[in-house]
Amino acid sequence: MKVFKTLLRRELGVCFGVLNGYVIVSAALFLVGVCFYDLVYRLNNQPTDMTLTEMFFFSWYFWLILLLSAPLITMRTFAHEKSTGTYEILMTAPVNDIQVLMSKFCGALFFHAIIWLPVFISMLLLRFYINNPLVVNITSIITTYFAVLMVGALYISIGCFGSALTRSQIVAGMVSFTLGMGIFMLSVNVLFVVPDPGPISLILAKISLADYMRDCSRGILDSRPFIFLVTSTFLFLFLTWRVLEWRRWR
Amino acid sequence: MGDESKEWMIEVKGLTKRYGDFEAISNLNFTVKRGEILGLLGPNGAGKSTTLRILSTFLAATSGTARVAGFDVFDESHEVRKRIGYMPENNPLYYDMRVYEYLKYRGRLKGLDARQSRDRAETVMKECDLEDVRRKMIRQLSLGYRQRVGLADALLSEPELIILDEPTLGLDPNQVRAARQLIKNLGGKHTVLISSHILHEIEMTCNRVLILNQGKILASDDTTHLQSVMGQSSRVVAEIKAPLEDLKFSLKNFEGLLAVDISAAEGEYYLCSLSFGAETADPREELYKMVVRNNWLLRELTISRPSLEDVFVHLTRKQQDEEEDEE
Repeated sequence: MKVFKTLLRRELGVCFGVLNGYVIVSAALFLVGVCFYDLVYRLNNQPTDMTLTEMFFFSWYFWLILLLSAPLITMRTFAHEKSTGTYEILMTAPVNDIQVLMSKFCGALFFHAIIWLPVFISMLLLRFYINNPLVVNITSIITTYFAVLMVGALYISIGCFGSALTRSQIVAGMVSFTLGMGIFMLSVNVLFVVPDPGPISLILAKISLADYMRDCSRGILDSRPFIFLVTSTFLFLFLTWRVLEWRRWR
Repeated sequence: MGDESKEWMIEVKGLTKRYGDFEAISNLNFTVKRGEILGLLGPNGAGKSTTLRILSTFLAATSGTARVAGFDVFDESHEVRKRIGYMPENNPLYYDMRVYEYLKYRGRLKGLDARQSRDRAETVMKECDLEDVRRKMIRQLSLGYRQRVGLADALLSEPELIILDEPTLGLDPNQVRAARQLIKNLGGKHTVLISSHILHEIEMTCNRVLILNQGKILASDDTTHLQSVMGQSSRVVAEIKAPLEDLKFSLKNFEGLLAVDISAAEGEYYLCSLSFGAETADPREELYKMVVRNNWLLRELTISRPSLEDVFVHLTRKQQDEEEDEE
């Protein structure tokens, strides 16, 4: 645990101690700010039966920020260490692959949580000005933030996997963006394309992240998508671990 | 752990590593005693770094076994890592950290508690002369300072085995001397494995040398014994003023002399270049007596032993010749 804490502190230092981290945070905060402004503007100007959190989920900002930020946060995790050679000093210290992997994953997830926190704090602040639980509901704000963390965990694990595959940060970013985009497009298909009653659409419906986000934005926490997200996250973490093990055999 | 593992720090048996069709190291067998300083010598691409990477548990061998302090580098890699300090080739470091912060961080990773890592960081900074730059970012340091940070990192946890891959690369001559002295001082207390292609460095620092070429061990012995593989132990240069025929006759009957080359030097002197066999002790005293006995004059008498460089060139050329003969 002592080693894990040391590694995690180092990972957080990498996120918050260098300029790159602040560039990512600034870019994400800018987009989140625009998103929030847009949501409030729409609430003021057009009648809607959706809560603020539902509108947030249905805005393209959410998916854009998620799809771009996860590869940006994770692409350096392993690829940078490999390209600079520090991976060798890290992996010959008395640490194991799982400690290294989990510290990088948790560090990136924490950074992801920090990026998204302001938007939910803004929503909570708005609750003081709009005294209508049908528009701004604290429970749905909390469940939506929880869903952002869960979906984020999956995207971060995909990013770690992409980064472990290569020593080039650009290639790592492209791999995780492509995989993340693939999952996103499956979700969109389920929502917007007329469902075909066959087995494929049934499977797609089960793994739809968009469905899960919609439920959470309404304040509903369903255990089935939660289990799907946790298992998929662990699947990608497991694959990353195998990639790390494999390097010794090359 | 058995008695053998108490004596040997490193035991390598039949170690082979292939990258696809290319065999980086082939069937290496060697042992290193505790407290010994072993130099791994070879040209670029000889397999030195691959051997060190396997011993440091970073790579797995294709076949064969390697044990460090009695632990298998593959099956018990965690135990091995606890006992080694490793400085890889090109000395990778976290450039975004400060020197003291980096050493403390590495200390914590190596299992030291907060206080120990602080104390050890202070000690190794003193040993490696890093106190002036303790608060500097590593990216701002010169190559020489970075090498010293890497060396300090390897010493941090007082490991039983210190593995250094090209430790003096980029150091200026004064720093090279200091690093050499530091490594020499480590012998006895720690086992040290150094790889280098700088022959002089190995000759100055190590008790024993392992010469590698094309992934194979060409020779393994202590530096003085290795010199005997050349078939000559020493070469003496003397400038003698004497009648040429008498000089030739006396030298012809000189004990242990293998070959002689006489050429005219300035002022009626003759420059004699004499090669002696491996079994001959220092012949200078006898040479001096010979000159005095004959009432000749002597103005230079120097002995030079073959350097490790000569041994290395001799061995690698021999291997090349053998391979050409086979073809």
